Amino acid sequence: MARRIAIASPMGVAGETVSQAAVRGPSWDGRSTVLVLFLPPALLLFTLFVVLPIGEAAWYSGFNWNGFGRPTNWIGFDNYRFVLETRAFWLALRNNGLIIAVSLAIQLPLALTLALMLAERFRGAVALRMLFFMPYILAEIATGLIFSFVYDGDYGLVASIWRTFGAEPPHLLASTDTAMLAVLIVIVWKYFGFHMMLFIAALQSLDKSLIEAARIDGATRSQALRHVVIPLLYPTIRLSVFFAIVGSLQLFDLVMPLTRGGPADSSNTMVSFLYNNGISRMRVGYGSAIGVILFVICVTFAFTYKRWFMRDE
Amino acid sequence: MSNAEITRTPFDPAVLFKAAFLAVVAVFVLVPLLATLLGGFKSLGELRVNPFGLPRHWEWQNYADILFSGRYWQLLRNSLIISTLTVILTLITASMAAFTFAHVKFYGSSMLLSYLTLGLLFPAATAVLPLFIKVRDLGLLDTYFGVALPQVAFSLAMSVLLLRRFFKDIPHELLEAALVDGCSYIKFFRYVTLPLSRPILATVGTITFVNSWNAYLLPLVMLNTDALYPWPLGIMIYQGEYSSEWHLILAFITLTILPTIILFLLAQKHIVAGLTAGAVKG
Repeated sequence: MARRIAIASPMGVAGETVSQAAVRGPSWDGRSTVLVLFLPPALLLFTLFVVLPIGEAAWYSGFNWNGFGRPTNWIGFDNYRFVLETRAFWLALRNNGLIIAVSLAIQLPLALTLALMLAERFRGAVALRMLFFMPYILAEIATGLIFSFVYDGDYGLVASIWRTFGAEPPHLLASTDTAMLAVLIVIVWKYFGFHMMLFIAALQSLDKSLIEAARIDGATRSQALRHVVIPLLYPTIRLSVFFAIVGSLQLFDLVMPLTRGGPADSSNTMVSFLYNNGISRMRVGYGSAIGVILFVICVTFAFTYKRWFMRDE
Repeated sequence: MSNAEITRTPFDPAVLFKAAFLAVVAVFVLVPLLATLLGGFKSLGELRVNPFGLPRHWEWQNYADILFSGRYWQLLRNSLIISTLTVILTLITASMAAFTFAHVKFYGSSMLLSYLTLGLLFPAATAVLPLFIKVRDLGLLDTYFGVALPQVAFSLAMSVLLLRRFFKDIPHELLEAALVDGCSYIKFFRYVTLPLSRPILATVGTITFVNSWNAYLLPLVMLNTDALYPWPLGIMIYQGEYSSEWHLILAFITLTILPTIILFLLAQKHIVAGLTAGAVKG
């Protein structure tokens, strides 16, 4: 990251003007060949597998269709009405809200605290960073399975702790009261390290002289932290919040091995709701309607957030 | 700041608190992982009474049975094929596009770039049903490409942005000089840009690989044949078959996450850089 700045800044404006002349330079340099050969593969793949399906989702969502033959049974906006009338949809939306709340209230402060501790150099700091980051690179499926063992009422770690206190072990994942809570704990376990790394990267690129200046001017460590370091981290904090929210809207793989969204839809996320109700039953119209709603939420959120909080970036 | 930290006395309460806090978090992270690894060495009966501790009797058989079964290797092979396809295609298409956006000025360039970055705004899941129908209509259902191509498409936005940022930093004087000497854009791309960009190619390749290696939803929707399943699908089926024989499931989990952990230890620099790269500007 520092490297880029070192290379980019000395060239500055001069480099730009020269390059424009160069582009117009020789008569044949293969510029059009590049345009014709280099862009289409990416654009084609992107259009075919990302953009068109979103458009088609909007189209299919007007049909009652099981995916075979061509869609013919046009029902207008009924699919959207069905989705909004489903209790499980609102539960899923609530759960996504819960995930975001936990990310903001627990995960983010935890990640920031750890980053402040581990950004300094001491023996073991790097090893701890790597350890805390490790859950993030494990597959969500594997993480979910590991924790379905941890929570298992007969063999699991939680059950064993309960038994040492002589209590009847709970089946956390099988109860509508505790299933979502159990999922939330796994989410924190898996993702805090990622956010910590974001903060560490930001802390390491901070201008240390600002902190030293504050210290020389008589600020205590905690004052320097509160009035200098944290404000300098605001852009990273906003980014971390952004990732937490986007991540919550995508969460699926982790839920499947743990609860499949159950019991009684109590731990569905938007995507697992989409999977359970649209994909696994091939209800293309209904599932597409859920997809479109999720798409609208994601895009609205991304634009609003960028506009309100990340204007300068 | 770091010097002050080192010269402190070990009896400083702040340092003690810090050590205790880090220890608690370390235990929180480690215990589930270690219990999984060790659980694979226990018998089911021992697992029930002793899920935390070291095995009293090491059951190597659990691991050996999985390692000598064709199943485990087939899952890894499928995952490797899909991930490798995804990485290669992503690197080729994204680096070509990124090069064009970085070095060729043409009408509509910034518009097309914004078009590609739309892909960052929503998850693949939103359009997975129409995607399934598209892949089916193309005849790619139940093939490696049916999984790999959509994965490439969804990883393009981030990859192009990261690569373009790096390509733009290659001094323009170099391109100018090369063009004056009669080198074409394509040769410049092949002989200058790509060799100079190994770090970022490694980073983008690593993110794409990890994402594809761990992916569950797309393979789940696109594949029907057991023989083609990547390991996340395979392990879910394994768990379904051995529902409460946790010692076997834990051994299987350990063996399937082992490649990821080895890769992580070997390439941690690229993985950390890559997975936090989209985030940190610079």
